[in-house]
Formats: sequence, structure tokens, C-alpha cells
Amino acid sequence: MFRLEARTSTPAWFNLALPLVAIAATLILCSGLIAIAGAGVVEAYGVMLSASLGDSYAITETLVRAAPMIFTGLAVAIAFRAKFWNIGAEGQLLAGAVASCFVGAIPMPGYLAMLLMALVGAAAGALVALVPATLRVKFKVDDVVSSLLLNSVIYYALMALIEGPWKDTFSGYPISPPIEDSANFPVLVEGTRLHLGVVVALIAAPLCWFLIARTTLGFRIRVTGENPEAARYGGINVQRVLLSTALLSGALAGLAGVGEVGGVHFQVMSDISPGYGYSGIVVAMLARLNPLGVLPAAIFLAAVMTGAEAMSRATGVPAFLSDVIQGTALLAMLVALLFTAYRIRRVGAPA
Amino acid sequence: MSVVFEQIFQVGFLAAIIRIATPLAFATLGEMFSERAGVLNLGIEGIMLLSAMAGFTAASLSGNLWLGVLVAVLVGALMGALHALFTVALGLSQHVCGIGVTLFSSGLAYFLYRLIFGQQSVPPSIDGFKPVPIPLLSDIPILGPAVFSQFTLVYLAIIAIPLAAFVLYRTPWGLSVRMVGENPRAADSAGVSVIATRFQAVILGGALMGLAGAFLTMAQFNAFTFGVVSGRGWVAIALVVFGRWDPWRSAGAALLFAFVDALQLRMQASGLGHIPYEAFLMLPFIFTIVAMAFMSRNAVAPSALLKPFRREER
Repeated sequence: MFRLEARTSTPAWFNLALPLVAIAATLILCSGLIAIAGAGVVEAYGVMLSASLGDSYAITETLVRAAPMIFTGLAVAIAFRAKFWNIGAEGQLLAGAVASCFVGAIPMPGYLAMLLMALVGAAAGALVALVPATLRVKFKVDDVVSSLLLNSVIYYALMALIEGPWKDTFSGYPISPPIEDSANFPVLVEGTRLHLGVVVALIAAPLCWFLIARTTLGFRIRVTGENPEAARYGGINVQRVLLSTALLSGALAGLAGVGEVGGVHFQVMSDISPGYGYSGIVVAMLARLNPLGVLPAAIFLAAVMTGAEAMSRATGVPAFLSDVIQGTALLAMLVALLFTAYRIRRVGAPA
Repeated sequence: MSVVFEQIFQVGFLAAIIRIATPLAFATLGEMFSERAGVLNLGIEGIMLLSAMAGFTAASLSGNLWLGVLVAVLVGALMGALHALFTVALGLSQHVCGIGVTLFSSGLAYFLYRLIFGQQSVPPSIDGFKPVPIPLLSDIPILGPAVFSQFTLVYLAIIAIPLAAFVLYRTPWGLSVRMVGENPRAADSAGVSVIATRFQAVILGGALMGLAGAFLTMAQFNAFTFGVVSGRGWVAIALVVFGRWDPWRSAGAALLFAFVDALQLRMQASGLGHIPYEAFLMLPFIFTIVAMAFMSRNAVAPSALLKPFRREER
């Protein structure tokens, strides 16, 4: 006989094992779709792997894709640590993109433009995230729904800009004017798209880890999330911590948008984010809300996205497999998390 | 002459409002049932998309529109069951699961659609539902052509609203749904199975979301495109809050939003709009967020919303 038992603590190796189990389960489940599409499972995954991580150019492409998801993943991970349910990383990313594009189009020395783009983009994301946090703190409004609904508000605001005052009068396309050439983030490896923003993203993860694990604010964020009553009792201003978390989380999501404008697209269009904000939730959950875990999780999702296109060309399996993998990975991870709360124990027949 | 023009303008406008409101009404009622039982279903956006795609495919391959509707409803119910499995049976966090269900269902819809129909420059279309004028009623001036010369699915939505109110407020099952959404512990003590009731409500909700999807691809657009739902699920989430979790108010909110949407489409078409149409599309979201700030004091949301129920935890 087996029985589910509540766990009091979880061993440390779970943090690594659970995401790996979830990813393995995801790839096995999704192999059914590859088979339905009439391709060889091993071949399809093989092409996916070699096209995303097989050579140095592929790796740079994967990293370029990973950068926005590292930022949104960090944004979600930090917010969820404080139990500030920020589902709004998508809107915060778009706000960051719009704001940085606005600044980047102003002629000024390149390094100054890049710095200002980052600052203004982060501030825009932070301001958007501050809305659901303030509503929760002041009016007890549910942050899940308010942050989600704000995504649509920001999206339509962006559309109003690119179909209105920003619209390209020459081509008539709904895209913003490009940023100044001098504001384009420098490419670090000749012949690739690996830009400065990617490195910033890679550095941001350990910085966020340090902030969460080693600073007073990080401690407050963790306590607020784990036990708000204890936090209050311990003299922590929980409301202020929630607002600070929202600012931090929104700023990180805003930086995801800055990177896409400064390093990849150099302008804003309606599909500048293929849902990177929502992918951030997948990344954060796979990372078990640990900022260091965000790096491999984001790189995994990015590799799936980059690899899926090559796989589609080689085997005919629709590239949308990457979207299915993303959703399945999130659900699989949630189920795997049950093992942190429960354990399966063999129990003998009663004597 | 101008009188005739005005007449057509009004009838067409009213008819457009009804058509836009129909999928929103289905989706909003679906989300409302789920939330009244204490389960937020953020999977709605993806469930609508997958149902829309599955219904379209079934109708397109079989040539039978009602079979398409049935498939869409079944797929919606199935995805509702999946969400319930995660959130009700396993007690996992509702908002993250909902996003997971949306990502998964949308991904699956794109994948299967591309697999079945391939990449075509013009999306394949079907001969969708035709308006079915109701005898006598359709002869009423203005209201007749606008409301009673519509698709059968529109009539179904009009019936669904009082039916949902009746089920929720006047049947034992509706009482159970409200109990498990307000106070699951008390419901459990009263002998109501919290798990079973929540499962049923979320599955019914999914089926209604499926109907919404079916309407989009088989009556409104007669084709499936990747943007066919384009945020209507999120609109429904807002409308449920705006409608204070009540079938009548939620349906009213859907009608109000449909009016705003129809107005913005008309202004866009006439080229008169100095106000960007996006400002109109933003309105339901902004209104809802503002309304939430005012409503929170009266606490009208189901008390147990977002809270998993585990019998052993007291």
C-alpha cells in the first residue's frame, strides 16, 4: 500500500530534480505530437537541440532569445517570492519597450542614450507594476486580476501609439520610428546578434539572487511572502515591502522590453513580445522562484523556441510545438511541486 | 430617404451589438460559474481558442456545423476538467495553473491547426451559420431584424442568461455552487461535496467557453485565425468582476462592452474617429480595475475564490 503524506521539509536536491523531472515529462508528453505529425521523435528533438545549442552561432541566437525571458522570469520570481501575484510582466515589458524607444529616438551620444533607455524603460515597467500593488495595498484589490487586465490596457495604448502619432507615414505600417543608430546596443560578437543587453540579463540574475538571499530587502521580501503575520510582528512594513517588490519586479520586466528595442528590433511594433511576459511565469516556476535558476530555465525555453523553427524546416512538425512545450512544462512543474508538499510512503498492512 | 438610411444604420448597429455580445456572454457566464464555485479560470483565453479551432476543424471536415459546435463544447468541457484536476483535485495555485492552461491550449490550437490545414496564404473558411428569423417576432420594427433575425447560437445565448440565473439562484445545485464558493468548510459540513461541485462548475464553465469559441469560428468569422480570440477571454474575466459575479449583471456588462466595441468599429469604418479606437477597447479593462477598487469594500467576490479546499486541513 502507498499513501500520500504531508512533508515538513524538502531536501535541497529537489530544487534541481523537480524541474528536470517536469521537463523530462514534458518532452515525453510532447513527443506524442511529434509522432502524430509523422516525424521521428529522436530526429525532431535532435534537430531542435543542434539548432539551438549545437554551434556557437546557435548558442548566441538562443541567448538573444533568452534575454527577455531572463528579465521577465526574474520579475515574476521576485514578485512571487513576496506573494505579489504579478501576472502583468507582459504589459510591463511593453511599457518598457515604448518608453525606451521614445528615448532612443532622441539624438544624443550613444552611451548616454543607452543608459537613459534602460533607466526610463525600467521606470515605465515599475510604474505599471505599481498600479496593481497600490490597489492591493490601499483597496485590497486582487492583484492577479488587476495585473492581468493591465496587460490589455498597455497593449491597446501601444497600438494607439503605433497606429496613431507613431505610425510610419511613408510605408503606412503600424510600427514606431526606429531609434537612433547610435543608440543601438553594441553587438559583442561579430556576425551574430549577441548584444550588450544579453550580458546585462546574464548579470542581472546573480544580482537578483544576491538581493533576495543576502540583503535586508531580500529578507523582508521572503518573510512577507512566507508569513506576512510574522513579518508584521517582526516590525516589517509589509505594505511598503509589497510596493518595493512591485517596483523591482516591474523594472525588471521593463528591462526585458528595453533589450528588445535596443538590441533586437530597434523600434516598437505590435508583436514585439510573443508573450515573453507569460513565458516569464513558466521560467520563474521552473526556477522554483530562485533568481539563479531563472538562467537555465530561460535558456531552456529559448532553446526550445529557437530549435523549433529549425525542427519545423527539417521535419515538417509545426514550430508551434514550442508553445505546447511551454504550457506543458508549466503544468508539469506545478504537478511536480506537489512532491514538495507531499511524499509517497509505502505503508505495511496493519498488524 | 434619410429616414430609411437611419433605420438601416440603427438596425445594423443593434444587430452588430448583439453579435459582438454573444460570444462574450457565453464566455462571461462560463467564467462566472467557475468563479462562483471558488475557482478562477485564467485558462479561458486558451480554452476559447482551442474550442474555436476544434469546432472549426470538425465542422470543416464533416460539413456539419452542429457537430462542430458539439466538438467545441466538449473540448471546452475537457479543458475545464483539466483545470479542475489541477486546481480542485490537486489544489494547485489557480492563477498559475490558469496561465498554464491558456499557454497549453493556445499552443495546441496553433499546432493542430497548422498540422491539419498546413500553411495557406488565405485561411480556409467554411459556410457558417445563417441567420434564422423567428416568425412574427422578426416582424417587429427595428428589434425584429436586430434581435430576432440572428443565428441560433444568439438565441441560445439569450436563453442562457435567465437559465444561468435560474440554475445559480433557484436550484439545489446552484446553491451548492454558491456554498462551495463562499464557505467550502460549511458546505462540506452540510454534506455537499466541495470537490465534486467545483469540478462540475468548472467543467460547465469550460463548456460555455467552448460555445463562445464555436460562435467565433462558425458564425462570426467562419474561419480560424491565430488572432480569432484576441483577448476576448481577458475581457470576460473583466466582465465577471464588473458584473459582480451575477448572471444578469455580467450579461449586461457584456452588452455594454459590445455597444462600445460596435461604436468603435463604426467610427473606424466611417473614418470620423478622432479618438483612437484603442481608447474604446481599453475601456472595459480600465472600468473594471477602477470598479474593483470601489467594490472591494463591499467584498462581493466569492470569499473562497483562489483558495484550494483540502478536507484534512482544518
